[in-house]
Amino acid sequence: MLESKLNGAKESPPGTKRTTNIVAKHVWEARYLYILLLPLVAYYVVFHYYPMYGIIIAFKEYSFSKGILGSPWVGLKQFESMFSLPQFIDVLKNTLILAAGRIVIEFPIPIIFALLLNEVRRTLTKRFYQTVFTFPHFLSWVIVSGILINFLSDSGVLNQLLQYVGLPKINLLMEPSSFRGLLFGTSIWKEMGWGTIIYLAAIAGIDPALYEAASIDGANRFQRMLRITWPSIRSTAAVLFILQVGNIMNGAGFDQIFNMYHPGVYEVSDILDTFIYRSTFYEGGSFSFSTAVGVFKSIINCILLIIANLAVKRMGQGGLM
Amino acid sequence: MVEKRGWPNVVIHLILIFVAVLILVPMYNVVLISFADPGAIAKQAIYLIPTSFDLSSYKYIFSGDTVFRALGVSAIVTIVGTLINIALTTIGAYALSKKHLPGKNAFLVGILITMLFNGGLIPIYLTVKQLGLINSVMSMILPLAINTFYLIIMLTYFRTVPEALEESAKIDGANDIQVLLRIVLPISMPTIAAITLFYAVDRWNEWWSALLYISETNKFPMQLYLREMLVDVNKMMNNAYAASMASEMRNTYPEGLKMATVVVTMLPVMCIYPFLQRFFSAGVMIGSLKE
Repeated sequence: MLESKLNGAKESPPGTKRTTNIVAKHVWEARYLYILLLPLVAYYVVFHYYPMYGIIIAFKEYSFSKGILGSPWVGLKQFESMFSLPQFIDVLKNTLILAAGRIVIEFPIPIIFALLLNEVRRTLTKRFYQTVFTFPHFLSWVIVSGILINFLSDSGVLNQLLQYVGLPKINLLMEPSSFRGLLFGTSIWKEMGWGTIIYLAAIAGIDPALYEAASIDGANRFQRMLRITWPSIRSTAAVLFILQVGNIMNGAGFDQIFNMYHPGVYEVSDILDTFIYRSTFYEGGSFSFSTAVGVFKSIINCILLIIANLAVKRMGQGGLM
Repeated sequence: MVEKRGWPNVVIHLILIFVAVLILVPMYNVVLISFADPGAIAKQAIYLIPTSFDLSSYKYIFSGDTVFRALGVSAIVTIVGTLINIALTTIGAYALSKKHLPGKNAFLVGILITMLFNGGLIPIYLTVKQLGLINSVMSMILPLAINTFYLIIMLTYFRTVPEALEESAKIDGANDIQVLLRIVLPISMPTIAAITLFYAVDRWNEWWSALLYISETNKFPMQLYLREMLVDVNKMMNNAYAASMASEMRNTYPEGLKMATVVVTMLPVMCIYPFLQRFFSAGVMIGSLKE
């Protein structure tokens, strides 16, 4: 009875009613999938979308007692005070210099090492290198800073070695002039091996026949690397490049800097994220001000992502969107 | 194909060996110092060859209950956190992998947007505070319940599961949840295991949420405990002498204690690492990039 009724309803009414019925039917059929989706939606709403609404405190003067809605609107005051802060320009400069440095200095390293590792023929040897190179990725920056501070400190192994061969000590950790270099170097130390994996996976997908054909045509090893291997990982590199540029304001490396810097090197390593954290949680700064700095960061990020995507598309590498 | 292996090979291996040494020596030195007798370190010009074996650093850090408590907190966060992670990621990714799910694209876009934009530090902090999670172990778990990157990897994987497998179960009257539990999960174990391990490492390494949300020292996880030990300097941010104090503070904790704590903190990751490694070449990580 009921079944025939349902079928009848599905066939008879024309136009919009029918499509809504079909949609409703699809939704009803997927009801169990929606149940499965429920926790995920709850998570993203509570911990991602609800905080986005909290962004409005960047345009308010937030106070704990009044809450987000009750706090008074102050327009762009927080942004004005951000730009008028003398430190702000330095912090912004550090953020951009460090993020750009990561792209220029750190970005190519995994590509180079993937190409080198690819030249290692014996599987066991290759696996040994990969095992060693990738391990530090799985350690937190807390641990890595502990390891590297021990190694590089005044009484660390590096300085013991230098002394042993009669060279003067260098204190990389304390010296503002070399601190940025140290940040790049230690980040390469930790992440290089992990970075090669994605490229090695791309290389593994190359048809061996290409190499054979090239050898028959007399291409040497270097030529094959340049003409076959590199072109086949170029699009992977392009995607990673866009992602990194689009994340430039976060890409300065908060986790690392926060665990390695100290007041002696603030001038060269204090970035927006560390600045926000300190001004809020150490110096008791205003929540609204810190949020405004965060909003500023997101806007710059968004602009850069669009530019990077356009640039890569121009270069004929597809792009993300 | 036989090939001459001349000097390029030598150069390549020299570079790779040099880098491997550069990565291994600092870690090796940490382990060495944690097991060393301070006197022996002072006697040698370069402490790279062990001349002493002394467990006093370890005895000391395990003498009180602070380290045990920190390890306990880390264990809870890792176990409960990883279970929540993998449960939410698996069921969410499965539902989103279904082509016929109405509104699927809206959900996907909504999720991808969160990769580009977030509320930022303060709004997220306020959210956690409103939920009453400050100083609760759950503050280290719930805000990180799903990693969008891993979610997309799972989703990409589920799309490769042949539909025919599920159809037959559906014809027998099973609903989507039953299909997931009985048919899809058993054949997806390798991918789920990989993502579980990645999540576990992330949860073990978590220090940032703890720093933000946990102020009671008896709820500190191991990473934060270690951090406090290593960089006490940061606590003296406002101190005018902080810069000069920085170098002194590094010596207040005997080096051996710090290094023993480093070793204890990284040991679980070292144990998991061989299993993690099996998944590198599986190409699981690349799937997400092709999205």
